[in-house]
Amino acid sequence: MSTTRQLLNSTQVARFVAHGFLRLDGIVPPEMNEEALAVFTAGLPSVPYGTPVPKAFPEGSFARRLVELPAVAGALESLVGPDPTVDHHYVHIREPREGSAQPLHGDAVIDLRPDAFDVQLMYYPQEVTAEMGGTLIVPGSHLRRTNESDTGRYQNLRGQTRLTCPAGTVVLLHHGIWHGGRRNDSDIVRHMYKIRFNPTVPQVRLWDTADLDAPAVREELGRGFPWYEQATGRLEILNRIRLWRALSGDPAFDIEYWATRIANRPAARRSQA
Amino acid sequence: MSTTVRQQVLVLYLDTSALDSRVVGWARYDGTGATRPTTGDSDEPPYETGVAALEDGWRLFQAAQLVPPYPGTEHETSFLKHEFFFEKLVSGG
Repeated sequence: MSTTRQLLNSTQVARFVAHGFLRLDGIVPPEMNEEALAVFTAGLPSVPYGTPVPKAFPEGSFARRLVELPAVAGALESLVGPDPTVDHHYVHIREPREGSAQPLHGDAVIDLRPDAFDVQLMYYPQEVTAEMGGTLIVPGSHLRRTNESDTGRYQNLRGQTRLTCPAGTVVLLHHGIWHGGRRNDSDIVRHMYKIRFNPTVPQVRLWDTADLDAPAVREELGRGFPWYEQATGRLEILNRIRLWRALSGDPAFDIEYWATRIANRPAARRSQA
Repeated sequence: MSTTVRQQVLVLYLDTSALDSRVVGWARYDGTGATRPTTGDSDEPPYETGVAALEDGWRLFQAAQLVPPYPGTEHETSFLKHEFFFEKLVSGG
């Protein structure tokens, strides 16, 4: 294992805050990808909710080696911090020639935490082609307050990402993101291994913050997505400002003065004087 | 030969509450059973605007009401607001 921590930088974390996910293409070595399908076929021991990683995944186990890959470990530490607990893990299988897709959904029951989030790891041991379906993800949907499959009526949204990827790809997702397993039109069984992590420390400046004031941070946080309605798109940015204030520990952070302007209450200040 | 008429439904989600605004999301349901549209099966919308669907013969039968947010929830985002349902009646069955 590398002794160099591969933490994310501020621009990458801001991108996660805007998009709601982070792709790490092909970062799992081929020998582990080859090992994975046999591990999944043999079955994974269940993990009680809230189990620390070392207890959930013993030293040397496949899952432990997966989460200790430097790129994965660094990204997880940057987002949920050291010593997260494992919520649950599961191997999702999409059978060949399935007639339908999963409806668009979020995995959590409605989650109102303004200052914390869980991260879901999705690992793809095989190459995923367009014909195999892959995971549908709607960038920028994670801060919307919807519950589970209530979004099932939405079949397609502009800017959705239909995951195709090389073997060994890992995607880390904010727990609230809208996603779904797409229909598998191929003859190949598709596997995806999911682990959900809960933070155990405040998620404040856990990444490499050397570029905290870089213009790219604001650019990422101000990003629009093609499926946002005109009016609601602005609210998305306002909600991201609030999340970034919590993550960066900077209560004055703003974009276009939006959050500052609507917090300006001269009359309230006078009445407290 | 059956003369039964079946309903095809198109749902468009628009950029604003105006029917001639841009399509941001879409879904189709086919009462003939001839097609089975499903989640994530196309990246390009069938029409650029709601009016373009009317021009192609779809009949609008429902548009989302404009409901103000409950006090205190003005900044929260949730479902897509500007939902328009269209139908086509086609022979089938």
